[in-house]
Amino acid sequence: MNYILNKSLVKTNVKVNDWIQAVRIAGDLLIKNDLAEARFVDAMINIVKEKGPYIVISKNLAIPHARPEDGAKKIGISVVTLEKPVKFGHKQNDPVKVIIALTSIDEKSHIELISHLARVLSNKQNFEKLKTANNENEIVKILGKEV
Amino acid sequence: MKILTICGLGQGTSLLLKMNVQEALQSLGIEADVDNSDVSSASVENADLILAGEYHIDSLKHLDTPVIAITDFMDVEEIKNKLQKFFKGE
Repeated sequence: MNYILNKSLVKTNVKVNDWIQAVRIAGDLLIKNDLAEARFVDAMINIVKEKGPYIVISKNLAIPHARPEDGAKKIGISVVTLEKPVKFGHKQNDPVKVIIALTSIDEKSHIELISHLARVLSNKQNFEKLKTANNENEIVKILGKEV
Repeated sequence: MKILTICGLGQGTSLLLKMNVQEALQSLGIEADVDNSDVSSASVENADLILAGEYHIDSLKHLDTPVIAITDFMDVEEIKNKLQKFFKGE
């Protein structure tokens, strides 16, 4: 797989006041790990402001992302779980507890990563474990690389 | 049969939905090509069926293509049930 998920891309049980702060923390992890430029994080937030909270694609789960040209540098994800869930304004899937920020550098090269995410996240037991994980290592174990 | 999944940018969440639509189709034994796209390109893709989140349904209403709204992209059962209903003509 052409991406790496390690502890430095994960933060568990984070305290936030609102969804913007939550997306920013996930975005900061992308910047620190050199997956994206700072403007990518602003773009992720602006897309929700412009297009609505459609990134809340599943119960308690948001997938913020922006365009490759918004400052993405490498393919990858960062994962943030919240101590207390926050509302993004999605009618059915709020409140959000898990945020997986996603970078892509073109239309194709992140397909393998997305396919892996779909496989892991469509399993309800996996998602339960993600929501209740107490530390970064547990998240890496659930979402990390597998053959 | 060409099925299109739609999201705001056409490369993040629509791709996630595409994966689970393929999974659902496989378990229903239905063969179809599934592609993903953004809202504004949906009209030029000539799809037979569109699947999208509730937030994009209004922007797709003007198309002749039937649209199915999916609430939970990670719920393969929801996708399966809605596809099954569609293919039965309900």
